[in-house]
Amino acid sequence: MQVAEKIVPSYPLFRQDEYKASLDAKKLFEAKHDQAKIEETFQWTTSVEYKDLNFKREALTINPAKACQPLGAVLCALGFEKTLPYVHGSQGCVAYFRTYFNRHFKEPIACVSDSMTEDAAVFGGQKNMFDGLPNAKALYKPDMIAVSTTCMAEVIGDDLNAFINNSKKEGHIDKDFPIPYAHTPSFVGSHVTGWDNMFEGIARYFTLNFMEGKAVGSNGKINIVPGFETYLGNYKVIKRMLTEMGVDYSFLCDPTEVLDTPADGQFRMYAGGTTMDEVKDAPNAKTTFLLQPMQLEKTKKLVETTWTQEVPKLQIPMGLEWTDEWLMKVSEVTGKPIPDSLVKERGRLLDMMMDSHTWLHGKKFALYGDPDFVMGLTKFLLELGAEPIHILCNNGSKKWDKAMKKLLADSPYGVNCKTYPGADLWHMRSLVFTDKPDFLIGNSYGKFIQRDTLHKGKAFEVPLIRLGFPIFDRHHLHRQTTLGYEGAMQMLTTLVNAVLERLDEETRGMGTTDYNYDLVR
Amino acid sequence: MALRQCAIYGKGGIGKSTTTQNLVAALAEAGKKVMIVGCDPKADSTRLILHAKAQNTIMHLAAEAGSVEDLELEDVLKVGYGDIKCVESGGPEPGVGCAGRGVITAINFLEEEGAYEEDLDFVFYDVLGDVVCGGFAMPIRENKAQEIYIVVSGEMMAMYAANNIAKGIVKYANSGGVRLAGLICNSRNTAREDELITELATKLGSHMIHFIPRDNEVQRAEIRRMTVIEYNPQAKQADEYRALAQKVMNNKNLVIPTPITMDELEEVMMSFGILEEEDESIVGKTAAQLAAEAAA
Repeated sequence: MQVAEKIVPSYPLFRQDEYKASLDAKKLFEAKHDQAKIEETFQWTTSVEYKDLNFKREALTINPAKACQPLGAVLCALGFEKTLPYVHGSQGCVAYFRTYFNRHFKEPIACVSDSMTEDAAVFGGQKNMFDGLPNAKALYKPDMIAVSTTCMAEVIGDDLNAFINNSKKEGHIDKDFPIPYAHTPSFVGSHVTGWDNMFEGIARYFTLNFMEGKAVGSNGKINIVPGFETYLGNYKVIKRMLTEMGVDYSFLCDPTEVLDTPADGQFRMYAGGTTMDEVKDAPNAKTTFLLQPMQLEKTKKLVETTWTQEVPKLQIPMGLEWTDEWLMKVSEVTGKPIPDSLVKERGRLLDMMMDSHTWLHGKKFALYGDPDFVMGLTKFLLELGAEPIHILCNNGSKKWDKAMKKLLADSPYGVNCKTYPGADLWHMRSLVFTDKPDFLIGNSYGKFIQRDTLHKGKAFEVPLIRLGFPIFDRHHLHRQTTLGYEGAMQMLTTLVNAVLERLDEETRGMGTTDYNYDLVR
Repeated sequence: MALRQCAIYGKGGIGKSTTTQNLVAALAEAGKKVMIVGCDPKADSTRLILHAKAQNTIMHLAAEAGSVEDLELEDVLKVGYGDIKCVESGGPEPGVGCAGRGVITAINFLEEEGAYEEDLDFVFYDVLGDVVCGGFAMPIRENKAQEIYIVVSGEMMAMYAANNIAKGIVKYANSGGVRLAGLICNSRNTAREDELITELATKLGSHMIHFIPRDNEVQRAEIRRMTVIEYNPQAKQADEYRALAQKVMNNKNLVIPTPITMDELEEVMMSFGILEEEDESIVGKTAAQLAAEAAA
């Protein structure tokens, strides 16, 4: 029983006999199948027969491994100075975006909606915008409002360009107030598409009609576009490497401050971020580096056609070789040599890889996540001599699949690996049951796969290593780094220690397995 | 008598609203208690009954009041000729928003407010010509209109539309109680029109419930924003609508329609000379090509 003097949380409270009896008694009213039948069905869902059926699924997604476009648009908007993300559509969607981010970043997220209701669904949402834009500006005092949309507005075909222009024309909001926008239908693409769309919208707003007098290379800088990036360390590592090289850069979209504000008694609705001037100046840069090229197609098109810059053909700078390539390209474009500090850092990474390779060599991994992330992680695993066997990307395209197949074919450790674009986590569950990897790498949602595999028996358990987005059930991982040599070091540390942790767990049996419960690994 | 809910469909401009209002006026004259629900953003389904330019619509009033929840039934329900109750769902201006959602919102509102619980014999839904999305099928969803009347004339596009509407009805008929109740021929004075529509009705498994001849009395009444029944009760045309009303009252011929294929439909039209036999040899050829062939 719960006693006021000593409050016990649900676990272990509900394991007390009293609660167990109460929960058992409740089953009477739940019209549940008997335990044997449930168990039988569970076992069936772990079989090859079930896997084959599961992969024939057509009209249903179970446990998707992706989110929707406006979520990405909101993250993008957060990366600009004093910018308020404004979602044209229904309230509930925006509540979802806010909670999704605060569960991951453990930070408050400033984001408004213009709360379209039933009459707006019929008449269109222009009136909501007429009221919403000036209200948002008066209440939250942004310097810029970045507008994206939810499904509701998209299904009825609301026209953001017209609505925003009308809002300005009719005097609801100042003509010069910057309101870039992007249509972000949730039923197309994923959060990474939404990020791309919003970025393109912002870049277009500040540059498309202002290209006169702009000349590629005239400001001597390079631009960095991160894409949907939730590892705050990744922003920092790219900046550090460029600073060490002495390269002048504009980080186009940088939410590191606003997503990591200090507890010093002052609430910051806005903090840091890319300035409007930097965006306006972006066409004058030598070129633009897209850190996650698979998901930045629209941005790339704008950079190439409007800014007339040649976008370097690179992969995500993840792992050893792709970081090398990235740095060498930066060096080539800017004429700045790669400094000793980075050469030394590279050497340290290589040293770490050799120190740990005995533990990672031949270890099998299943992984899932966003297209570029999964690709970079695969590349790094192959460099470590680890063997990815199932790679799943819910928002992966055919182009992604082709590139992945090529990457895997080029390495002896990749030959037994299969890729699954468009598949969900219920597919992944079947995969790890029928062809067991040593570990699963992905976001927090993978923990339920781990639970299910453990239920079948300890020998079937596939432990989850948390790398990706979102991570709701562990703290501060979003501050880590996955890009550059530093990111590779951190990922390597995470991976190898997961292997050792697991080995310790298995060899902790007193007098049974502890002959291998070693002090030194 | 139990409440009978009927929906009127048909190609745009065929005369649905005029026919519906004259039919309803005739039913009222015969002592029936009737309500018209206009399901068209144009909101012109009740003007002949109310002598009004356009009735204030549910959606318009809801937008003014703030939300649909702030509306009350008496705000939207007007009573006109023969105690006919009138409501218009309304909707957005052309080109914005979602008119289909407007119909759904309006009909849900009427149900929640108990508009159908009053002492009524008939409800007529007058629906926008083209059933472009799910919203315009709202009147034939479960527990709403059970009888569908299609207004048609002996013109090609009107008949295409009628067949397409029949296809739509089948979708709902198999899962619910909605039935095709008949074709109303609103004459355009084309040749052998009554035979043609009877033939089409038979193919669809239904019947032509009435043939309404063309009569300028309808237009004369309409410029006075009245039905013929009210404007000139002695007119011959008024009797036509009374006859239609009698047939509707006694109608037992409710079927799941059997829509026909495009080829069959075109065959029917060809046999009545509305459609000419197609010459496959000229398809896709420009005037210049044909001239060159003719010269050769």
